Amino acid sequence: MATLDSKIPSGPLADKWRKHKTDIKLVNPANKRKYEVIVVGAGLAGSSAASSLADMGYKVKCFVFHDSPRRAHSIAAQGGINAAKNYQNDGDSVYRLFYDTIKGGDYRAREANVHRLAEVSVNIIDQCVAQGVPFAREYGGLLANRSFGGAQVSRTFYARGQTGQQLLLGAYSALSRTVGAGLVELHTHSEMLDLVVVGGHAKGVIIRNLITGEITRHSADAVVLATGGYGNVFNLSTYARGSNATAIWRAYKRGACMANPCYTQIHPTCIPVSGDYQSKLTLMSESLRNDGRIWAPKKKEDRLKAPADIAEADRDYFLERIYPSFGNLCPRDVASRAAKRMCDEGRGVGETGLGVYLDFSDAIKRLGENGVRERYGNLFDIYHEITNESAYKQPMRIYPAVHYTMGGLWVDYNLMSNVPGLFVLGEANFSDHGANRLGASALMQGLADGYFVIPYTVGDYLAGQKPGSRPSADGAEFKAAADSVSAMSKRFLDTKGKQPVSYFHKKLGKIMWDHCGMARTKEGLESALQKLPALREEFNATVNVPGSANTLNQSLEQAGRVADFIELGELMCRDALTREESCGGHFREEYQYADGECKRDDEKFGHVAAWEFQGAGKTPLRNVEALNYEFVKMSVRNYK
Amino acid sequence: MVAASSTKSISVTLRVWRQSGPKELGQFKDYSAKDLNPNMSFLEMLDVVNDELTARGEEPIAFAHDCREGICGTCSLTINGKPHGPGKGIATCQTYMRSFHDGDIIVVEPFRAAAFPLIKDLVVDRTSFDKIMQAGGFITARAGSAPEANGLPVPKGDADRAMDAAQCIGCGACVAACKNASAMLFVSAKVGHLGLLPQGQAERDRRVLAMVNTMDEEGFGNCTNQYECSAACPKTISHDFIARLNRDYLSASLRSAFRPEAASTGGGGA
Ligand SMILES: Cc1cc2nc3c(=O)[nH]c(=O)nc-3n(C[C@H](O)[C@H](O)[C@H](O)COP(=O)(O)OP(=O)(O)OC[C@H]3O[C@@H](n4cnc5c(N)ncnc54)[C@H](O)[C@@H]3O)c2cc1C
Ligand code: SF4
Ligand code: FES
Repeated sequence: MATLDSKIPSGPLADKWRKHKTDIKLVNPANKRKYEVIVVGAGLAGSSAASSLADMGYKVKCFVFHDSPRRAHSIAAQGGINAAKNYQNDGDSVYRLFYDTIKGGDYRAREANVHRLAEVSVNIIDQCVAQGVPFAREYGGLLANRSFGGAQVSRTFYARGQTGQQLLLGAYSALSRTVGAGLVELHTHSEMLDLVVVGGHAKGVIIRNLITGEITRHSADAVVLATGGYGNVFNLSTYARGSNATAIWRAYKRGACMANPCYTQIHPTCIPVSGDYQSKLTLMSESLRNDGRIWAPKKKEDRLKAPADIAEADRDYFLERIYPSFGNLCPRDVASRAAKRMCDEGRGVGETGLGVYLDFSDAIKRLGENGVRERYGNLFDIYHEITNESAYKQPMRIYPAVHYTMGGLWVDYNLMSNVPGLFVLGEANFSDHGANRLGASALMQGLADGYFVIPYTVGDYLAGQKPGSRPSADGAEFKAAADSVSAMSKRFLDTKGKQPVSYFHKKLGKIMWDHCGMARTKEGLESALQKLPALREEFNATVNVPGSANTLNQSLEQAGRVADFIELGELMCRDALTREESCGGHFREEYQYADGECKRDDEKFGHVAAWEFQGAGKTPLRNVEALNYEFVKMSVRNYK
Repeated sequence: MVAASSTKSISVTLRVWRQSGPKELGQFKDYSAKDLNPNMSFLEMLDVVNDELTARGEEPIAFAHDCREGICGTCSLTINGKPHGPGKGIATCQTYMRSFHDGDIIVVEPFRAAAFPLIKDLVVDRTSFDKIMQAGGFITARAGSAPEANGLPVPKGDADRAMDAAQCIGCGACVAACKNASAMLFVSAKVGHLGLLPQGQAERDRRVLAMVNTMDEEGFGNCTNQYECSAACPKTISHDFIARLNRDYLSASLRSAFRPEAASTGGGGA
């Protein structure tokens, strides 16, 4: 049984982080360069961590499977990043950002972590501006803000519809600077396929070079995983095609606990599915809900009519109707389920009936077409490219899609997993968003973790490790891990079955969407838990991976990732089944109020579920970390 | 007008560059892609073709892609001689089959340039771009050292213009489109972005000299003002930034000749 000590510092909420920083152990500057830290991943979390650790004097090795750190999935974030700057003088504060995030997460996050996040949010904006991130500005030259879901203040900083791109390019430039200065050794096209644990501590990784196929072993004093989220378990999602769970899943199999894997976020405003060839779903940023109004026809028979032919009186602006005080800006899980209910009632629009309208006609009247173009032009362009329709002329059609995973590897307040020496940052960990993430807060978390948390907390661990004590990469543990990775590739290549990897990914996606998607039931989850092991067997027996292991082989890469997704999918269903309540993104149909809202059970489930691997084919162990709410009262979320 | 797009299917022939490794010989091979939904993206079409190849026991076509929404800069196909294909201001992944006609022969090649060595089939190595960035594509600002963000107002016009340049996705289409394989548009976008901001002044000279020198070392060609780069650029980065880069480079060179320390500092105020 794993020990889950959250290591939350004692004392008043607002003092915890400050106090912790002064209590934490430091590494003597002269000793820093004797320590080597491996950072896997260079999205917002990984690049900010790698460059910060290098600037502090540690030797850093950074691995990414991409051809350049600038390609990380963070690049695709559109809408913005939150910070409690209160530049709008609208009553924002660190406490309010903390409170909104805790409430948005449906009271399933740790108070102390979230408060720290809100505190450092202001430093993130300073840091990014200093790096040259071209945030939107007002005419006076000061920074501009917009509103995002789940908040009644305007605290979101943005760079047109490409905030993630600009933040990542900022972090990438910091990483590039440290690589250029010889402080970070960067390895691109390098996929981590195993974690090496020596004497109970994380001490290295096994890497496959995606171009040559070469398997290499790397040892270090500590390992940082910042490898992003696992939403591609669903096959169709807003994630980049390459986003995967392999690093965290293999770390799980080496003993790191996986926390709340069933917490997935379904984003309300995505372009609906159009055909079975489809490879990804495209997000239409939440920022659009600032000016767009969401509606469905009141009458079923209107659903195939042109929207312009549906009279104002026959339109149901359902979010404004059900949630008058937050309206179109209610949180994502709430908005997604409401849209699903409209479609379930037979009022969905578009050929498939799985869609609702996001309408800008009022905004165009108010701001003019150019005003709307200024704010959202690139999003309207994307919509047009994909659907061949102009959102200036007719409302967008949108439907919810998988977008983010709140679950991830369990970490303590120091962002260290239960395997000492293994740190997990960004979307790959489970820490800050509870059961539902508010918009514009993943970018905030990734950069908070990398720039402002890990630089302190890694030192606390390293100070307890003797300089020069890291094991040699020639040791038995390294060899065994490298051999198992090679054996796995060989198994995939030797199966020579009938089905391409994509066949299994699609099948997995459908099982997960049907049974572990926006609405879950005991029955459905139980049936998924029957289907998934069968799918795993089918994969092992009939997958077809052409080519060889010693060249660029995209089918082989994909095979490993999909094999991991199938296993992770099973754990997600198991977690969803055992969490007999509804909270945030986890909606169990059996647990709801009469009006369809989530019914939490704080008594029985006011905790983190952290799953521990028990060996192949064995049921994993469900460990529990109680969530002690000292400062906020757990209450029913109300956005009405 | 719900779902205005037509769904009459089309069939095309793909003439694809196949090359199993950097040292092997490459050649075009024809593949037929039948009954395609015109709302399919070009890359989704390749996915389907690849699954068919796999089923036939052939190696699928290697191509680079990730976000599939025009922002990561990974996709890099030259389609019918045009980097990123026929559309203007879009990346390969934003190309839809509705841009083609039934019966078309579509020629698909990698982004070709000496500084982008071929890895396999349609995949090339753009590490040279990272090298240029590592030489100077940054503002030095260690975490924890930043002043209050609103302490330094930036005129909206400058911020907007910086953002125009900062949108570069680092795809390399500009290089592939240029007969000299010059990387000037890419470099000018970064130099323009950082040089337009007050934060970027301190390292302005050093940055431009280091980036341009590394560009030369990495084997990119010279710019002869043909502007094929802007035409192919998925973010329509303007070639005005190249003129700006040239001015910056010239004045930085002059300053560093008279005052060598300028090459290692900003010199912006001189
Ligand atoms: C379309 C879209 C829009 C979004 N918009 C917003 C928004 O407006 N605001 C907001 O706050 N959040 C937004 N998000 C969420 C946010 O973008 C992500 O949660 C966040 O960027 C994740 O950052 P990360 O650093 O944790 O991981 P990523 O950016 O996903 O980076 C992962 C890194 O890990 C590497 N990697 C992964 N696996 C391996 C492996 N096995 N071996 C080696 N390397 C590996 C990759 O190469 C990459 O460098 C959005 C998400 C999507 C999908
Ligand atoms: S300038 Fe344009 S074409 Fe060149 S790398 Fe940047 S985005 Fe691509
Ligand atoms: S795949 Fe990301 S830009 Fe085309």
